[in-house]
Amino acid sequence: MSETHEGMDVGYVAKLACIDLTDEETTLFQGQLDQVLHYVEQLNELDVSNVEPTAHAIPVYNVLRKDEVGTSLNHDDVIANFPSATDGHVRVPKIIDQ
Amino acid sequence: MADLNKCTISELSEKLASGDCTSVDIVNDVLASIDANDGNVGAYLTIDREDALAQAKAADEKRVAGSSLPMLGIPVAIKDLLNVKGQPCTCSSKILEGYVAPYDATVISKLREAGAILLGRVNMDEFAMGSSTENAALGKTSNPWNLDHVPGGSSGGSAACVAADEAIASLGSDTGGSIRQPAAFCGCVGVKPTYGRVSRYGLTAFASSLDQIGPITKTVKDSAILLETLCGHDAMDSSSIEIEVPAFGKELSTDTSLAGMKLGLPKEFFVEGMDPEVEKSVRDAVEHCKSLGAEIVDVSLPNAKYAIAVYYIIATAEASANLARFDGIRYGMRVDGKDPADLYAKTRSAGFGQEVKRRIILGTYVLSSGYYDAYYKKAQKVRTLIRNDFTEAFKKCDAILAPVTPTPAYKKGEKTADPLKMYLDDILTTPTNLAGNCALSLPCGFASNGMPIGLQIIGDDFQEETILKVGHAYEQSTEWHKRHPSL
Amino acid sequence: MKYEATIGLETHVMQKTNTKMFCSCKYEYGAEPNTHVCPTCLGYPGALPVMNEKAIELICKAGLLLGCEINPYSKWDRKNYFYPDMAKNYQITQADEPLCLGGEVTVEVEGEMKTFTLERIHQEENAAKNTHVAGASLVDYNRAGTALMEIVSDPCMSSASDALAYMTHVKQVMQYGGISNCDQEKGQMRSDVNVSVKPVGQKELGAKVEIKNMNSFAFIQDAIEYEIDRQISVLESGGTVVQETRGYNPDRGETFTQRTKENAHDYRYFPEPDLMPVKVSKEQVEQWRSELPEMPAQRRVRYVEQLGLPEYDAGVLTASMDVSDWFEETMKHTKNAKAVSNFIMGEMLRLLSEQGLSIADSKVTPQKLAEIIALIDAKAISTGGGKQIFETIFNEGGDPAAIMEAKGLAQVSDDSALEGWADEAIANNPKPVEEYKAGNPASINFLMGQVMKASRGKANPGAVMQMLKQKLDA
Repeated sequence: MSETHEGMDVGYVAKLACIDLTDEETTLFQGQLDQVLHYVEQLNELDVSNVEPTAHAIPVYNVLRKDEVGTSLNHDDVIANFPSATDGHVRVPKIIDQ
Repeated sequence: MADLNKCTISELSEKLASGDCTSVDIVNDVLASIDANDGNVGAYLTIDREDALAQAKAADEKRVAGSSLPMLGIPVAIKDLLNVKGQPCTCSSKILEGYVAPYDATVISKLREAGAILLGRVNMDEFAMGSSTENAALGKTSNPWNLDHVPGGSSGGSAACVAADEAIASLGSDTGGSIRQPAAFCGCVGVKPTYGRVSRYGLTAFASSLDQIGPITKTVKDSAILLETLCGHDAMDSSSIEIEVPAFGKELSTDTSLAGMKLGLPKEFFVEGMDPEVEKSVRDAVEHCKSLGAEIVDVSLPNAKYAIAVYYIIATAEASANLARFDGIRYGMRVDGKDPADLYAKTRSAGFGQEVKRRIILGTYVLSSGYYDAYYKKAQKVRTLIRNDFTEAFKKCDAILAPVTPTPAYKKGEKTADPLKMYLDDILTTPTNLAGNCALSLPCGFASNGMPIGLQIIGDDFQEETILKVGHAYEQSTEWHKRHPSL
Repeated sequence: MKYEATIGLETHVMQKTNTKMFCSCKYEYGAEPNTHVCPTCLGYPGALPVMNEKAIELICKAGLLLGCEINPYSKWDRKNYFYPDMAKNYQITQADEPLCLGGEVTVEVEGEMKTFTLERIHQEENAAKNTHVAGASLVDYNRAGTALMEIVSDPCMSSASDALAYMTHVKQVMQYGGISNCDQEKGQMRSDVNVSVKPVGQKELGAKVEIKNMNSFAFIQDAIEYEIDRQISVLESGGTVVQETRGYNPDRGETFTQRTKENAHDYRYFPEPDLMPVKVSKEQVEQWRSELPEMPAQRRVRYVEQLGLPEYDAGVLTASMDVSDWFEETMKHTKNAKAVSNFIMGEMLRLLSEQGLSIADSKVTPQKLAEIIALIDAKAISTGGGKQIFETIFNEGGDPAAIMEAKGLAQVSDDSALEGWADEAIANNPKPVEEYKAGNPASINFLMGQVMKASRGKANPGAVMQMLKQKLDA
């Protein structure tokens, strides 16, 4: 981490996260998060090269469901939640190809 | 008949069974208490009085018809991140304004099946991110023991309403201490069950591999009763474990002996900077357990000190993905934009509070290209070490005793300027979330300023019975749980 | 300088399941928008995914059919990116431990047998469907979360024909294996193509250009050819090929820049905490292997060995599973395999291609073809009459026997009628009769023609021949 953490580019990361930050927020977060990342560097004290990572605290496997059709939501409830709807679809600003 | 709101679940169950009161009486007393005090406490976000009374009436009718369900007629407050069909579920965030849940969380279905009354939705830190309920967009909650102090968080509303007798019990969720810490701050009992014990289906996710739903109550026995209702395998949650649910409530006897029980004391949990009054209360509690017949053994959790670093990497990373769905497209708040990307950025900037943004950015960063191994993967490995520490410790003892928090509830605004300082307060609760095992928080004293102090009893995987037994024995042989705040 | 291309394909195939990958909503193409949706596939707060058992079985069977190894331990990851068709703004996929590893297929490309290797097949979930209207886009989440697998080839192909042969084979295997219908019109099979070009003999690959999301084999071929030419001309003019993502515009027959490397996504993969890993035992793999359906190569052998069809016929019949299945269905109603084969290869395929239909649309059903063949075999109609009936039913529908009656196609085998025509022919044509009797057997054909003419084609030729011989040889 010492080699990787040269200070986070808060502006770039906010863009990845799809959040617009004000300049004040950017400056504030920059300081606060650099502090947090500095704190986190203590993990470098540990040699974990031979340790398996834990993704699930209580591991189980093969949690499967049968391929049987269940109940879908009421269409009107779905539409009622859409901030903007047209002909049963959710309406969004024009999508331009990625 | 007055003050039914001050009774416990077990007391009310007896009264209901014997016909001393009706569920409508209970709900009326609870609503009266909310009217009297919630203006100050601010626990509730929404209450549907008519609906609560209708549910109470239906419960009374069921009882007349012969039903004796475990929670029949008992009002329970719901943390605002649990989906209840037809109700809002804001998670104390502006971004979910307008969203109406079209389905019940599994725990809500279970409560309904057990006859409980869904009383209302209580405040929390936005998306459960916080330790003081100060990061809440839609309401301010105070600690009933001193309104200038925070109730803790993130389940601050859940703890405050129970402490203020504005509910008989409540549901909270615990990702890094969010049930145990507010329970401790408000003098209540709270349980974080073993990961996989309670279905997460319908719980708005903060950090999926850490979140668990649990009860906040006035006594250990009440927690046992409510927990039993919540537990059980659920096919809708892949992390739900198929394991038998013991009759937690029935197991607790009047016998308060802890003879034959080995309780571990981890030296690492009496951390630097701990409030001396907290340390003293907890050490007194340890002595008390010894006097009840328990053998106290030293145990070590050497990697627990890394829990905060690990927790704030894993929890924020998972949160950064879990909260990506709040984008203004399918439900909730939308701020229009010239294209979808613009809409997302505007909606999320306006909809999320500062702490949520801060954590999303941290979580996004630790997963971003080039940093994953250094942060996320490493944190997952240290998580393994923390879990191994508990496995070792539980070879030597049946349960672990520890403080819940380094200090009692502090004053509002005291820590909001320094996030890292606030994060560090979670040092004693996060290890259990990372390891997955269960823990209980219950009152073990009061600081000189009158604020409650909590004792944490940590159990091995699926050993809720053990921690409830120890907690019940301690509670029933002490007087702390009998105190009520004066409002 | 001479250049060579290196091509790899990422082929997305929608599995044939009743329900979506992680929730129990039905998958139904063409349903009313947003009617097969639930909290999970809409990304509502609190909803959780649970794996579809059938999808896991199908991807593993696809892996076995394409020579993959089934990973004994596989897991799930989240791929993070914001897009309106992605309800959670992350896609559940498999990054480093996919269900199927490796694999290879051997196919014929322009007369030469070539082996192409696979890197992996992983399971993921499909996106929603966007449509565009004036000033806005509309999203339908019915397709969101349906089971989608990605078959990733190694960069082992070198031409558009290689790619076409590979895709054709994959499609055939998916269809025969019951894995997917691969209906490209419905978006059930789509490919991304990676193309790079380098001077012949150079070891390092050139800059990789990815052409995204094409569903027609013809477009893919055109796009590859266009892209190879484009990259070569860039290199020849002294330029550098930019690593980027391009789209293909079929109207202009060109690829165009969509996203450059600088703007590449940072997907922030991490293990999906809501799903548990999958362990597949050796016993399970063997069980699935034993259940694998017959592949086209096996069908071809069976058609030749058991039904006595020529190799050529077997090849044509099995080229498409629809046709092969139709053939098999017909064989349930008749024993005359060659006649069925002739009708399919002749009338059926011709009419289908003329009218741009698929065999499922044919008004001639397997039962009806069997009836036509039975009429021919019983000599009730001639083969030519059978073809007429076939074409009539194909175009207008109807019943073979009724059409035979209506069109007067029934052959006359009735002795009295035949006798009259035969006597008449013999009486009116003394010269051929003489020649026949003098030892020229071919002369009987003239008489035969006269009888057929008199019967207006309805006389049964075999019966006429017999009748004439009887009379002349007496």
